[in-house]
Amino acid sequence: MNATGHSPLAPAAGTPLPPGTRIVVIGGGMTGHRFAARMQSQDPTGDWTLTVIGEETQHPYDRVHLSDWFGHRRAEMLALDTGVWADPRITLVTGDAAESVDRSAHTVTCASGTVHEYDRLVLATGSWAWAPRAEGKDLPGSFSYRTVDDVESLAAWVAERGEALGREVRGVVVGGGVLGLEAAAALQDLGARSTVVEFADRLMAVQLDDGGGEMLRLLIQDKGIEVRTGVGATAFRPAEDGAIGTAELTDGSELPADVVVFSTGIRPRDRIGREAGLAVGERGGIVVGESCQTSDPDIWAIGECASFDGVCAGLIAPGNDMADVVADRFLGGTRTHQRGEDGTKLKGVGVDAAAFGDVNAMTPDALEVSFVDPVHRQYRKLVMSDDATTLLGGVFVGDIALYSQLRPMTGRALGADPSAVIAPEGAGDALAGAEMPDDAVICSCNNVSAGTVRHAVNEQGCHTIGAIKECTTAGTVCGSCVPSLTKLLNQELAKSGIEVSRALCEHFDHSRAELYRLVEEGGQETFTEVVAAHGTGAGRGCAVCRPTVASILSSLGALSGKRHSPVGRQLGSLQDTNDHVMANIQKDGTYSVIPAMPAGEVTPEKLLVFAQVAKDYGLYVKVNGAQRIGMFGARLEQLPEIWERLVEAGFESGHAYGKSLRMVKSCLGTNWCRYGVGDSTAMASHLERRYRGLRSPHKIKIGVSGCARECAEAQAKDVGVIATHRGWNLYVGGNGGAQPAHAQLLVEDLDDETLQRCIDRFLILYIREADKLQRTARWVEEYPGGIDELRRVIVEDSLGIGEELEAAMQRHTDTYVDEWAEAVHDPERRAKFVSFINAPDLHDKTLRYVLEREQVRPARPEDAPETTFPTPLAAKEHALAGAAHISQEDQ
Amino acid sequence: MTAPADALVPICPLGALTPERGAAALLPDGTQIAVFLLDDGSVRAVQQHDPYSRSNILSRGLVGTHLLTVEGETEGRLVPTLSSPMYKQSWDLDTGAVLDSGGGEKLPIAVFDVEVVDGHVHVSAAPRPGTGGEA
Repeated sequence: MNATGHSPLAPAAGTPLPPGTRIVVIGGGMTGHRFAARMQSQDPTGDWTLTVIGEETQHPYDRVHLSDWFGHRRAEMLALDTGVWADPRITLVTGDAAESVDRSAHTVTCASGTVHEYDRLVLATGSWAWAPRAEGKDLPGSFSYRTVDDVESLAAWVAERGEALGREVRGVVVGGGVLGLEAAAALQDLGARSTVVEFADRLMAVQLDDGGGEMLRLLIQDKGIEVRTGVGATAFRPAEDGAIGTAELTDGSELPADVVVFSTGIRPRDRIGREAGLAVGERGGIVVGESCQTSDPDIWAIGECASFDGVCAGLIAPGNDMADVVADRFLGGTRTHQRGEDGTKLKGVGVDAAAFGDVNAMTPDALEVSFVDPVHRQYRKLVMSDDATTLLGGVFVGDIALYSQLRPMTGRALGADPSAVIAPEGAGDALAGAEMPDDAVICSCNNVSAGTVRHAVNEQGCHTIGAIKECTTAGTVCGSCVPSLTKLLNQELAKSGIEVSRALCEHFDHSRAELYRLVEEGGQETFTEVVAAHGTGAGRGCAVCRPTVASILSSLGALSGKRHSPVGRQLGSLQDTNDHVMANIQKDGTYSVIPAMPAGEVTPEKLLVFAQVAKDYGLYVKVNGAQRIGMFGARLEQLPEIWERLVEAGFESGHAYGKSLRMVKSCLGTNWCRYGVGDSTAMASHLERRYRGLRSPHKIKIGVSGCARECAEAQAKDVGVIATHRGWNLYVGGNGGAQPAHAQLLVEDLDDETLQRCIDRFLILYIREADKLQRTARWVEEYPGGIDELRRVIVEDSLGIGEELEAAMQRHTDTYVDEWAEAVHDPERRAKFVSFINAPDLHDKTLRYVLEREQVRPARPEDAPETTFPTPLAAKEHALAGAAHISQEDQ
Repeated sequence: MTAPADALVPICPLGALTPERGAAALLPDGTQIAVFLLDDGSVRAVQQHDPYSRSNILSRGLVGTHLLTVEGETEGRLVPTLSSPMYKQSWDLDTGAVLDSGGGEKLPIAVFDVEVVDGHVHVSAAPRPGTGGEA
């Protein structure tokens, strides 16, 4: 069959599902997931069932971010929202491939023999990785780059091969497109040397023009990846042991090839539809019209397997749109599929390149305006209509700050002089006042228009990027539009005069960041001075502003090197009880004792002291969530006695009570771990000693992993460091907690010193600019210009403040003192640690403890009084006496 | 040891209190109270028991002020406040009334009269009638 174009069967509106309709989706990829999720959210109570048949064993996952797997090596971290599968109407089948469709019987038969009956069938089978014909291309060691299985076996092969050969593994990537470059970067991350072979005369030949391709070649070569363009691979020869060993190229040359990755394009997986007799496009793919219905009125096709206007799209945005169209029509809607201007952005490679629209100026009389700077590795080009007013396309390599702003403007008036827009000085300033039209698609992944975002800001009360993401889904897939979203948000807020109050409380009209700056400039050193200079009037503050001011004064005191006493006499009265008594209050009013254990290291000698102290007071002992040991249940008056013994044994405060660095967690690293490639323990210990005690807007957690296996879970930390063969990769803005966030890659391949300098800069920026009690994850998320701008400020030092920030951090480190050592040696402060000021020898007699799993816990009202004890020690002694009694009986 | 309900009990020298910080104290009948020295030099006392967390911890809360505007009054009144160190509910230290219950039930606290005599803090042996919500 040879049909292209729209299906004549496309109805004006979808026919709503009759009750009890059985929907079957073939394909458990991103589009199939999107369709299921859409059906669920658009029709939460409808009477239908939906079965998604997935061939892969994994739950549907984020294939767009497949290369992220190398960062964490956990397939489940790529999983798409699994909440969909909790809907009892929706069933997910994994690990069973659909083999055939019987259109007359309305059944799908799977490889396992299972037969699924359908009333409506949706094909979402995606594509397969095509590889050119070449002798030896199926030798062991040859891979595609499309599924989690692919990347898992690729990683295993490189590791095995390295061990078998006893030398660096040499890899060849066939294909220099977006995926090929991702694969080459992945090979490099795995410790292999890689060469990209591209048949066309430039990299990303489909998306970029000649100039952009050339700049990209320079940037890729800068990363140590070799590039060969204008040649193809003709044959592969085995090594002595039969695995792949050598690649022969069309120009007669040879390349060593211990591993080969093919990334030479995709083809629609249309076999099932083809064999079932559906209309198939000239270049493959199931033919659909704008309703996404196929030539069979009971079958729809979405995503990469569907041919629309003769083209099978290879990007997620049109796939998502098609899924949305079919869901809408199943529920009686009239939505139609449109192909927008999607653009392409290179990601996961550490090199910036992006392009959209008519990159090669094929439109008659189109004008090209370009800026080329090979020294700084930058290339920018705009393609304009013949009168230089309408934007037709753009290419950005090396610096893609303009991409997300300009892409939605394709086909519209640019509203500025194109050469000014791409000029190196203040690039983009020419567009500062420009407004995006309502119908311009700002997030192409989820097809969200500027108008929808405006509506969310003005009508739905979304005044933060986080709220906009939640409400509109814009910016939640690839994230490249976040800078534009931020700009749009700020424009709308300014326009409608909505002021988002960041005022701390009734005592201060300023946000925390503003107050920090004012105090830094004003030099106030006490709460009285701060409230007099910057407060709203009379008053002595509250539980919000007092700790905030204490934190600001502490941070500034340490960073200026003037005073390092966040909890001492001066600021003590401003602090919550936790900071005031340097311990965390527990539910019964007693406290925890958690010494620092940098990198989780502790000597047996120190551990013995810790154990003896805990035993002497009968305290509950537990390893907490921050890789440290804590004891719990200490009364106020016991804290200095306990700490005096710990300090003497060499322990320091772990600041578990402070809005400050909590810990630097690490795996074992190269000293002990057979997989380690970096000494994560030494680095973690060093970082913890550098940043310990630093007061910040909220707590800070750091993780250091010694290899890409990421055992320290660094990407869930505020600052995450992961060792590779080429140095340290630095991630920022991760978070566990109630709103988990993945840390984002800030910069790669750092040496020890540069890593520390980058973290210095990041932490001080955070301390300066974050809102009260704002973790780094939200701060990074809301940072104007996003992670790209943060990278410019921190890595490229675009504001020229890098050295100043490092010097400030050095002052903090140089003047650090252990708070508990200071307190236990200060008799006047020690005297304050009493339960009752008029009865220093007594304590709270209402406290009661019971035993559970051989340790104490505070008693609850329902515990029988005879099972409770007045102190942890009494409970423990009773337990030990009981044990002795029993063992005597045994004898 | 017993004392008449309106008797004043000596607690501690004024200088033993930390400005803008609380201290716990025991009354003769075993009642635990929280005593605060405020920025203006005055002293307040309330129950030590936190009705929300049911722990004896209020002396470890943060003090501050709040501009209280009452219906019918043109000018607000600056009242001293206490917030719980456990879950951050706050009270008016003058009356024991709840200022911020964190969205939950309003549980006021008992207030004890204080007199500073010759540099020594004295607290009434019984709460001021009508304050507090507990038996």
